[in-house]
Amino acid sequence: MTGALTDLTVAETRAGLKAGKFSALEVARAHIRAMEKARGLNAFITETPERALSDAAESDRRIARGEARPLEGVPLAIKDLFCTEGVLTTAGSHILDGFKPPYESTVTAQLWRDGAVMLGKTNMDEFAMGSSTTTSYYKPTANPWTRRGDNRMLVPGGSSGGSSAAVAARIAAAATGTDTGGSIRQPASFTGIVGMKPTYGRCSRWGIVAFASSLDQAGPMTRTVRDAAIVLRSMAGHDPKDSTSVDAPVPDYERALGKGVKGLRVGIPREYRVDGMAREIDLLWQQGVAWLKDAGAEPVEIGLPHTKLALPAYYIIAPAEASSNLARYDGARFGLRVPGKSLTDMYESTRAAGFGKEVRRRVMIGTYVLSAGYYDAYYLRAQRVRALIARDFTQAFDRVDVILTPTAPSAAFAVGEKADDPIAMYLNDVFTVTVNLAGLPGISVPAGLSADGLPLGLQLIGRAFDEETLFRAAEAVEKAAKFTARPAGAA
Amino acid sequence: MALDRKTVAHIARLARIKVRDEELDALAGELSGILAWVEQLQKVDVAGVEPMTGTVAMDLKMREDAVTDGGIRDKVLANAPSTQGGFFAVPKVIE
Repeated sequence: MTGALTDLTVAETRAGLKAGKFSALEVARAHIRAMEKARGLNAFITETPERALSDAAESDRRIARGEARPLEGVPLAIKDLFCTEGVLTTAGSHILDGFKPPYESTVTAQLWRDGAVMLGKTNMDEFAMGSSTTTSYYKPTANPWTRRGDNRMLVPGGSSGGSSAAVAARIAAAATGTDTGGSIRQPASFTGIVGMKPTYGRCSRWGIVAFASSLDQAGPMTRTVRDAAIVLRSMAGHDPKDSTSVDAPVPDYERALGKGVKGLRVGIPREYRVDGMAREIDLLWQQGVAWLKDAGAEPVEIGLPHTKLALPAYYIIAPAEASSNLARYDGARFGLRVPGKSLTDMYESTRAAGFGKEVRRRVMIGTYVLSAGYYDAYYLRAQRVRALIARDFTQAFDRVDVILTPTAPSAAFAVGEKADDPIAMYLNDVFTVTVNLAGLPGISVPAGLSADGLPLGLQLIGRAFDEETLFRAAEAVEKAAKFTARPAGAA
Repeated sequence: MALDRKTVAHIARLARIKVRDEELDALAGELSGILAWVEQLQKVDVAGVEPMTGTVAMDLKMREDAVTDGGIRDKVLANAPSTQGGFFAVPKVIE
């Protein structure tokens, strides 16, 4: 039985607990064992087994009283970007050494309110800056998948790579991620799981270590579309402590499922056929179009003419916002301090020692594009281009209900394969970053395997605050793809 | 636009990140590479387009002007590398 408990989806765990087939403690213990067994993946920065057991004991008491909450007893992994009260929170950075937040992020507080069980904090690219989980101060995370006939370690995507690895390897039933340019969807694609970035404003950003505030959004990472719908409902909602969180009711997303896609118009953007994209990804995309058509949807070719400008605009806007957000790491109030001869010397030495190379690069780019004389030419111009990208989507959504694209231009790559060229790494996000710039919801669904046996995802993009249609379309892709492959490295 | 060593040192100073002299050339190369790549934005016609600062059009909410938090000094100081008499302690600023 215990082997099977880690295979259960969130929905199955919920049903089994309700029917008394097993206890929350049994579920928690099975996942703790899986977490210990899979330490070689380095998916977690901090494991919290005692916390998981006490959460699960409380879940069992609630279930016995007939007072089960929506996520009662469901074991979750939390990206180490979410502040968790009294539990080390590092953002994958040396500069947050020893930081134990005296408060809880709104999103995680809502997950605990709904009965979820905390397994631990997952590894990530430092400050969520990366697409491979190799920039973490806590060493890279391994993808539980490897190429057929090749046991080289592959990256789990990033920045939410610890979360994607944990869910794919059956260590956690679900995990939280955050997505600024693709950091939920790309790792989901690389590990064969579902990753959902909601509309900007759907989830509170309060208590999530900030990277680029106008782009950051939290979302669920799960093994099924239904699970993403269940977990998102608990994560979402208005929060007075985040002025950009939207005061609108949170629908019961699960109820949107099972409705099919008959008559739904699916946009296929011609600009997403980029140079150098693997042929198998193009074929999978065409397959996805055929699946949705077979399910009764109507494919419509659309244009998103400013697509190719999205990455350069992103690499001005995100570093600019990051350089401002990361100004708070000064060695004075929390985390690492490197002593200095003067206050300025302390700041400069602390930040030199505390930030890794990619973070330093982005903070410096951000500082430069915001500096006197360059603000208009870079930052303001990038914001105008951002408006054009958002307008492309607004116009497209006059004609279609949802948009289908590949999630990433390649399958998972080996550690170090793109390390020496930052721009090659940035291109991972070519299909996902537009969605953040426009503030729209997007979801990656596992859809097939590459020639060498690695998972590939398809992305669906929806109208702002229309996650329900997005879940419906994602379910149709999931149903047609019948993705049942599992990684060799699963528990 | 290619950045020289002097400009990189200036940016590092503005960003309050100590950069060693021997790192300046490599950093200038990396940062120049990124700036050359984003240069393509200069060709876009953005005349009459308003800069986009946020994605959701909504007004900021007003709330009552009242104290909603506070009185948690020990919690605020709990993570500090150095404290003195209930304050954050840092190197001397004024001689």
